[in-house]
Amino acid sequence: MDGTLLIERKENKTMISSKRHIINRKLKDLMTRMLIYVCTLFSVSLLIGIIAYVFVRGIGVINWSFLTSVTSVLDGTVGIAGNIVNTVLIVLITMIIATPIGVGSAIYLNEYAKKGRLVTIIEFATETLAGIPSIIFGLFGMMFFGEKLGLGYSLLTGSFTLILMVLPLITRNTQEALKTVPKMYRDGAIGLGSGKWHMIRTILIPCAMPGIITGVILAIGRIVGESAALLFTAGSAKHLPAGISGLLQKPFQSGGTLTIQMYLSATSEGNFDVAFGIAVVLLIIVLLINLMTKRLTKKFDVTRQSN
Amino acid sequence: MKQRAFIEKLAKTIVLICAAVAIFAVCAITLYMILKGTPALKKVGVYDLLFGKVWKPTAAHPAYGIFYIILSSLVGTAAAILLGVPIGLLTAVYLSEMAGKKTGSIVSSAVELLAAIPSVIYGLLGMMLLNPMMYRLEHKIYRGDSQHVFTGGANMLSAILVLAIMILPTVISVSKSSLESVPNSLRAASLALGATQEQTIFKSVIPAAKSGILTGIVLGIGRALGEAMAINMVAGGAVNIPLPFNSVRTLTTQIVSEMGYAGGLHREVLFTVGLVLYVFIMIVNLILLNARKRGAN
Repeated sequence: MDGTLLIERKENKTMISSKRHIINRKLKDLMTRMLIYVCTLFSVSLLIGIIAYVFVRGIGVINWSFLTSVTSVLDGTVGIAGNIVNTVLIVLITMIIATPIGVGSAIYLNEYAKKGRLVTIIEFATETLAGIPSIIFGLFGMMFFGEKLGLGYSLLTGSFTLILMVLPLITRNTQEALKTVPKMYRDGAIGLGSGKWHMIRTILIPCAMPGIITGVILAIGRIVGESAALLFTAGSAKHLPAGISGLLQKPFQSGGTLTIQMYLSATSEGNFDVAFGIAVVLLIIVLLINLMTKRLTKKFDVTRQSN
Repeated sequence: MKQRAFIEKLAKTIVLICAAVAIFAVCAITLYMILKGTPALKKVGVYDLLFGKVWKPTAAHPAYGIFYIILSSLVGTAAAILLGVPIGLLTAVYLSEMAGKKTGSIVSSAVELLAAIPSVIYGLLGMMLLNPMMYRLEHKIYRGDSQHVFTGGANMLSAILVLAIMILPTVISVSKSSLESVPNSLRAASLALGATQEQTIFKSVIPAAKSGILTGIVLGIGRALGEAMAINMVAGGAVNIPLPFNSVRTLTTQIVSEMGYAGGLHREVLFTVGLVLYVFIMIVNLILLNARKRGAN
């Protein structure tokens, strides 16, 4: 009698403890799950918060004269037209030079090079370039293009610096795009008697176009948002170039981009209204670029699926 | 026919030159950083420069010790990683293991956008939102403390928070893709043995994705070490011991804020600061390349 009671008690105990164990485990799982949700919510609300705050503070600053005039005490105007022109010029000069070099580099790596030491070194160099922070590019640009080559503070110095910075972006995206072109396209073209370069020019590049354009757009986004690499290379002038001849001379003169002007407005000039106005413009550009790359990647996927 | 062969050869040469540009760029940057960064090491003395604790470049008897600057960079990066990695990793877990198709794509887009926001905007928001908060906190903590130098909120803590936020997208996207590449059979086996989803994630999936997550962390370290403008806007402007409520200078902000007016030896020392940063970044890069190589094998 006593013995069976003892056994029953023991069973009861283990049942209770295993029940407690299950409850504990469920609680632990629930808490883990909650923690994951909280972290995700934090990441998302961060973005929403940033966009909302910048728009609330800055949208009132933006009007036609803010976008089309230059800040001048004499005329009593506040505007960023000069910075917009500088940004466009830097983007144009940089991309006109960087795109062919980046695409060419990707073509060499993907189509011509045989696996070996040279390819390893080139890929190592590209990876290293991608990992160098922009302030180092800025220092190098200032020392080499600005002082050694005598370009001083100018849009050209800034652009040359940025070329090195965006090169890996274009090379990588082009490489990825080239890898997705099926091998039979290449074999087909060569089999029909096309030369290698002819095949690359007429088959591969058009097929890889969405990838190349994605790289170019991402690079433009990087340039528009860049500040540390430009502060000591392109300078901070904000006047508008006068007429066509002024525009032609502009690359050799100092000029601050939107981002640089935003930095100066928020720090040394202490003009936060202008800073938030520019921040809104920058955010809109970033949003547009993001949208465009999304579209392109989708299109890219469709062509891949149809193969 | 001859012309065609010529064009083929020309094309090959041109793309080879394009590919070589990256090599030239890396060599030129390395060379210049060393050439410009070493003279000050000789003039000031390696030990006095790297381990000197007094930074007074414009004093009558100038002192160029960058020890606290190096320390601030390292402490700031480490703290940002400690803070940002758990949040980033858990967000990545949500994206790869729990999210439905629609919510997943919304969160992914948000993360992508976070990565695209220019660093000066992070800096501006840090100035407007974080610094005033820090100022109030500072007043509460150090009320009546005559030893403490009040910073107006521009301090190490603000820098750490901004850095932690800025490395989030990197950590999330790299961790996410490495979690996603864990084969489903692993999850199925763990679930079939009676583990809950949470146990499966933390005991099977994350350990399996470890090397990819580590790559993400190293990338985050590189990003945090190299970030300049945002930190420059929120961290204050004095060389100090990296304590939470001290105004600090890091390797990057030291260059940004003084290169504009520095001359002579002061300027050369700033190049040395650049060289120190470059060495750190190169170490990070080498670790990354090694990890990738191992991943490829």
